[in-house]
Amino acid sequence: MSDMLQIEGMNVAFPSRNGPVRVVRDVSFTLGRERLGIVGESGSGKSQTGRAILGLTPASGTVTADRLSFDGIDLRHASARTWRTLRGPRMSMIMQDPKYSLNPVMTIGRQIVEAYRRRGDATRADARDRAVAMLEAVQIRDPERVFNAYPHELSGGMGQRAMIAMMLIAEPDLLIADEVTSALDVTVQLDVLRILDDLVRDRGMGLIFISHDLRLVSSFCDRVLVMYAGRVVEEIAARDLHKAQHPYTQGLLNCLPQIDGPNVPLQTLTRDPAWLA
Amino acid sequence: MSALSTRDWLLSDRPASRRQARLGQAYRTWSHLRANKLAMVGLGIVVVLILMAIFANIIAPYDPIRGGDLRTERLLPPSWAHLMGTDDQARDIFSRIVHGSRLTLMVVALVAVIATPIGLAVGTTAGYFGGWVDTVLMRITDIFLAFPRLILALAFVAALGPGIENAIIAIAITSWPPYARLARAETLTIRDADYIAAIRLQGAGSTRIIWGHVVPLCLSSVIVRVTLDMAGIILTAAGLGFLGLGAQPPQPEWGAMIAAGRRFMIDFWWVATMPGIAIFVVSLGFNLLGDGLRDVLDPKGET
Amino acid sequence: MSTLVEIRDLAVTFGSGRSTVQAVRNVSFEVAAGESFGLVGESGSGKSTVLRAICGLAPITSGAIHVNGNSLKTPRDPAFYRKVQMVFQDPYGSIHPRHTIDRVLSEPLAIHGFKDTEARIERALEEVGLSKGFRFRFPHQLSGGQRQRVAIARALILEPQILLLDEPTSALDASIQAEVLNLLDALRVEKGLTYVLVSHDLAVVSHMCERLMVMQHGARVEELTRRALQNRAATQVYTRQLLVASEGFKSQ
Repeated sequence: MSDMLQIEGMNVAFPSRNGPVRVVRDVSFTLGRERLGIVGESGSGKSQTGRAILGLTPASGTVTADRLSFDGIDLRHASARTWRTLRGPRMSMIMQDPKYSLNPVMTIGRQIVEAYRRRGDATRADARDRAVAMLEAVQIRDPERVFNAYPHELSGGMGQRAMIAMMLIAEPDLLIADEVTSALDVTVQLDVLRILDDLVRDRGMGLIFISHDLRLVSSFCDRVLVMYAGRVVEEIAARDLHKAQHPYTQGLLNCLPQIDGPNVPLQTLTRDPAWLA
Repeated sequence: MSALSTRDWLLSDRPASRRQARLGQAYRTWSHLRANKLAMVGLGIVVVLILMAIFANIIAPYDPIRGGDLRTERLLPPSWAHLMGTDDQARDIFSRIVHGSRLTLMVVALVAVIATPIGLAVGTTAGYFGGWVDTVLMRITDIFLAFPRLILALAFVAALGPGIENAIIAIAITSWPPYARLARAETLTIRDADYIAAIRLQGAGSTRIIWGHVVPLCLSSVIVRVTLDMAGIILTAAGLGFLGLGAQPPQPEWGAMIAAGRRFMIDFWWVATMPGIAIFVVSLGFNLLGDGLRDVLDPKGET
Repeated sequence: MSTLVEIRDLAVTFGSGRSTVQAVRNVSFEVAAGESFGLVGESGSGKSTVLRAICGLAPITSGAIHVNGNSLKTPRDPAFYRKVQMVFQDPYGSIHPRHTIDRVLSEPLAIHGFKDTEARIERALEEVGLSKGFRFRFPHQLSGGQRQRVAIARALILEPQILLLDEPTSALDASIQAEVLNLLDALRVEKGLTYVLVSHDLAVVSHMCERLMVMQHGARVEELTRRALQNRAATQVYTRQLLVASEGFKSQ
């Protein structure tokens, strides 16, 4: 299996009053056509990892890496022009809150059509048909209505799906999903995951699924990276998660309440300063 | 305590007393403001104005009201004896400007003290209660807003009679509506917040909620707005003075001084120009300071 | 056990005319003293609105709520707030950003005319596991979990009998959630409190509550005991869907 994404020794740092703060420390991993989960709590650097891959680190931050390549292209020194050919058509990101990622004054349809036309010279009518078909594909029951709707007219789950349709219409090779399901109800969550799952299987897309929900990630992904304080503390196949070695991963698994759990206090996580070393 | 440890004490993440928490917060705001050079220039100008007003008697070399020898000292150009020249009454312009700073500062301070609480009270009350309270209060505000400020102030002064005190009242009455609008808009975004619901669930009354919880959050943007408006207030006061409806001669009010100097503008430029520069510099100072305060205090800028 | 909270045919309607929203429709339940009762549902199920109706933040359109056998007055009287307190979902939005923790905790005491403010604040902080060092901090100097502890301390400082918990841990990280849930559990036992807990997470409700009610679209779906939930003895389709969804993703 050829790895489309290769990352070695990536660091992301932000300046602060007390010198630079490294939010991502020495992260290395590769991604093929698979579902990779990145799990961590707030501040673990999981979102910044996703953003750095797409070159979307906020301007004040600096990204350094020994190797950061996508399909043989070195992303560390990519020009604005290279990024334009990559972002959208080849790699894409779905953010947590669709309200902030969709343009509020443009209809959903127009945004999807534009995303499609950016990658090639499709005619307007073609693009429209494709857009409606895509909305159907993400399980929107009334695609024509959603096509003509503005983002504020849609519910959270609907907006999230429209967002996914927009990111997927360009058929990217790599999709980074940052907490896409956290704001959704559990039943809708599964619908969205099913869509992503189909895309990985049918189109051979690579998916990085970033989430704080260890249980969800382990049931959905093939492989899981567990991040703590900017570092990857453990990399493990999802089905072996119960055999996790690192105390942090174990702690995360054990601190969750369970429907069938005994009626005793939950285990809590004791953070060991040695994990930072 | 050495300088460094004082700073540490102020910036401590675990303040040990109410006073330390409050001072620490103030210090953080101050060091943020200090980083803004233009704001510091503005603050410098305002501080100089205040010092000038306090020590006017010491700074001014001549009497601001009683002039010198009318035969030999009228309309003298700037010189070492008279830094800014003299006017047609043989009065030293520099001394008049120094004493005039007292009037300017009084106008600014009184208007701020009168207009800000009115605006805050009207705006937060309207925003917090909503419904008919909001409608009534905001329509009244609209009526005041519908008139240009100087025109309305003119009407008030004309009704109350000319004089610096009436000018101040007139300016204060005409300058609160924008603060009320601003405070109302802020209140609308605050009133449905969980922390307001929480204090309501503690059994707090409306007065306590408005003054203790809503006003502190509106205050910073209103302070910024008031500071930015200071320039306008000074200009309005000067405008009223210029039109003869503000400070009455021989009071050394800067606007009135320009009006008096207008007659000699061509031949004796300094008579009108010097108070003009004073108004310009002080307005600029308040504007710069207001701009800097906005960066520091505006809650929307915080992360 | 005596019934402490009794809700009969509660309906809550927002807006009027065409934009009317029926947030809660004819919901009834009872909570006994010392019990912990859960309300489960997805967004828009009206579960939080029920809590808000109890404490007066949402109007009671029809039906009745009795606390201790007394029907509630609108607006609620001060005695009510000493009996019923609430903890909100978002610890970042439920504490005034410009007030120190000290002020947050002393204000309810001042409102209700307590005298021994100092001792009570120190005790309240200690009970929720915060050291004295936190007392004069501002909320922005605290983490999410610490803020939620402050919110719990604020709710408990008036020594209420009933605590309304609106998704108290859904904004927190998993490891912090465990700490806060343990704290809430311990406080309930220690003080003999009665909880009404709202959550979208069946696991949290199952861990915390002896009985629960599932809600959907503002109406009651069914009422279950913890035992019934654990035995998967749900009778309604929707409850079963929730149970399946809570197990995570299963590829087909």
